[in-house]
Amino acid sequence: MINDASVQQPTYYQEVERKGYSRREFLSFVTMMAAFMGLEKSAIGQVIKAMETQPRVPVIWLHFQECTCCSESFIRSSHPIVADILLDKISLDYTETLMAASGFQAEAAMKSTMEKYKGEYILCVEGSVPTAADGVYCMIGGKTSMQILEEASANAKAVIAWGSCASNGCVQSAKPNPTNATPIHKLLSGNVPLIKVPGCPPIGEVMAGVIVHLVTFGKIPELDRLGRPKAFYSKRVHDSCYRRPFYDAGLFVETFDDESAKKGYCLYKVGCKGPSTYNACGVMKWNNGTSYPIQSGHGCIGCSEANYWDNGRLYERASSFAGFGIEANADTLGKVALAATGVAVAAHAVATNVRKHNLIFNLEKEGKQSEKELES
Amino acid sequence: MAQNTAPIHRLRRVYVWEQPVRIYHWINALVLLALIATGFYIASPLALQSHKEATNAFTMGWMRYIHFAAAYIFFFNFLFRIYWGFVGNKYANWRQFIPFSKKFFKEMWYVFRMDILMLKGREHMSIGHNAMAGFIYFLTFIAFLVQCLTGFGLYASMSSWWFPKLFAWVPALLGGDILTRQIHHWSMWFFILFVVIHVYLVFYHDYVEGRGEMSSMGGGWKFIEEEVFERNHHQTPNPEKKTATENKKAS
Repeated sequence: MINDASVQQPTYYQEVERKGYSRREFLSFVTMMAAFMGLEKSAIGQVIKAMETQPRVPVIWLHFQECTCCSESFIRSSHPIVADILLDKISLDYTETLMAASGFQAEAAMKSTMEKYKGEYILCVEGSVPTAADGVYCMIGGKTSMQILEEASANAKAVIAWGSCASNGCVQSAKPNPTNATPIHKLLSGNVPLIKVPGCPPIGEVMAGVIVHLVTFGKIPELDRLGRPKAFYSKRVHDSCYRRPFYDAGLFVETFDDESAKKGYCLYKVGCKGPSTYNACGVMKWNNGTSYPIQSGHGCIGCSEANYWDNGRLYERASSFAGFGIEANADTLGKVALAATGVAVAAHAVATNVRKHNLIFNLEKEGKQSEKELES
Repeated sequence: MAQNTAPIHRLRRVYVWEQPVRIYHWINALVLLALIATGFYIASPLALQSHKEATNAFTMGWMRYIHFAAAYIFFFNFLFRIYWGFVGNKYANWRQFIPFSKKFFKEMWYVFRMDILMLKGREHMSIGHNAMAGFIYFLTFIAFLVQCLTGFGLYASMSSWWFPKLFAWVPALLGGDILTRQIHHWSMWFFILFVVIHVYLVFYHDYVEGRGEMSSMGGGWKFIEEEVFERNHHQTPNPEKKTATENKKAS
């Protein structure tokens, strides 16, 4: 990661010191990040060393079709060093939300980072890219987001897709998707490694963890089949849920105001998508580890899963059935089909007795005759 | 009074369903029932209230346990049936299920005309599956496959065994567990509709043909009229059959 161009950059630890944090605070930050990343205790030293010796990685952080909740989540992650150093100081050479520069200055800063740190900078993308009408639905500085993404990703060391927008399209790619909002993995050339960090937003510590991993090991973290870091997305919300015993016991909340809800039963029947959502919410929680949706009595809506807007309803387990209206779910359709089959079978039985009367009559006659002969 | 006296048929006993096929059939029936019942419960559990601690109950846990155990039996039973499609008798052969010949389509069309449209004509005389039934079973095998892929795909992340992990690519391919679960749920209805029609048609064939359709899955025998046997009218889409009867004639 170190080359001549980036040696001039201060290391993370130098930045930490400059900001007035004590060594103890720095160590507690590193230990916390190592724990979040699922590293062994012995790896803490490695992280500390990396933070002390590695120059800050230049970062370009692009904002396309998004609500900035990912950035908001990141700057609120539980340890102040996360925001202070990683975000503030990862040098954020370019990010529309937080940079001081604007207009031509900002564009120039991005361009110079791209040239100066060719193949060294990390490209973070927040938001999906609209491709309808040649991409005019999202334009910055006179360029479409498609163009900007193409330019910025060409020489990046790695691309991080922050949040569900960039990872899987999120709400703006829900049907009918008028702007043809597209997750970035469909637009990248594939030459640059991509890390998807889905969630609406992703957990701040998870985002920090991904960056710390990149800095410490100089390579992208181990990813699952969908391109998400295994350290944070290998378990379902369901598997780490503290209400899981109620699920296993078969005790469920029926409505949000019933006795079962007061008792804190499982939210499965009111649409909790925990059983099909891969995320670390149950372990890391939100707002400095205070709580997470299920803990505050609301089911998981599966915000880090692809197409969660279109795949079924937020407050029901039932799966909607595409093409049969919003009220039709698989079971309604199944019951109708079952009734229709029942009617068809009954009609067929009647028709059989009419149309094949002779056949059946002859069979019976034959049988009766044999029966008589047997008696005589 | 010749018209009042029915022609009495001599019946020939044919061993149609071998014992492994029969065992497969009933294991499949039981396991499917268990899978559908527990599957419905898992999709929409009953409303229970308890004053006991949750640790003392395991209702959902048992339902899922039965579902997963049944799924394993279902899968390996299915694998066995595929194997038997290559080594079993001609009525169990894979050729009975896959429409690959003109004859197969012809018989399907004929069954459609006779048994569904109820047109008049000479009754078809298949001994094993008729071509239409064979084709429908082929569709059920595809549905089996869909359920195995989506089911074990969903199960993969909960299991530490390598076998379910072989299916982990399925939710990845479909973009996540939500859609995988929905496909698993929708496909289940195919089995329910199949069971209704299947059971009805077994009654129907037994009633209209009087050749032991119902009991055949018990003892394995069906009965065909001697003259039908001689005339070689029963049309199975299996080319092996023809050579078998020809050989018999020759000997």
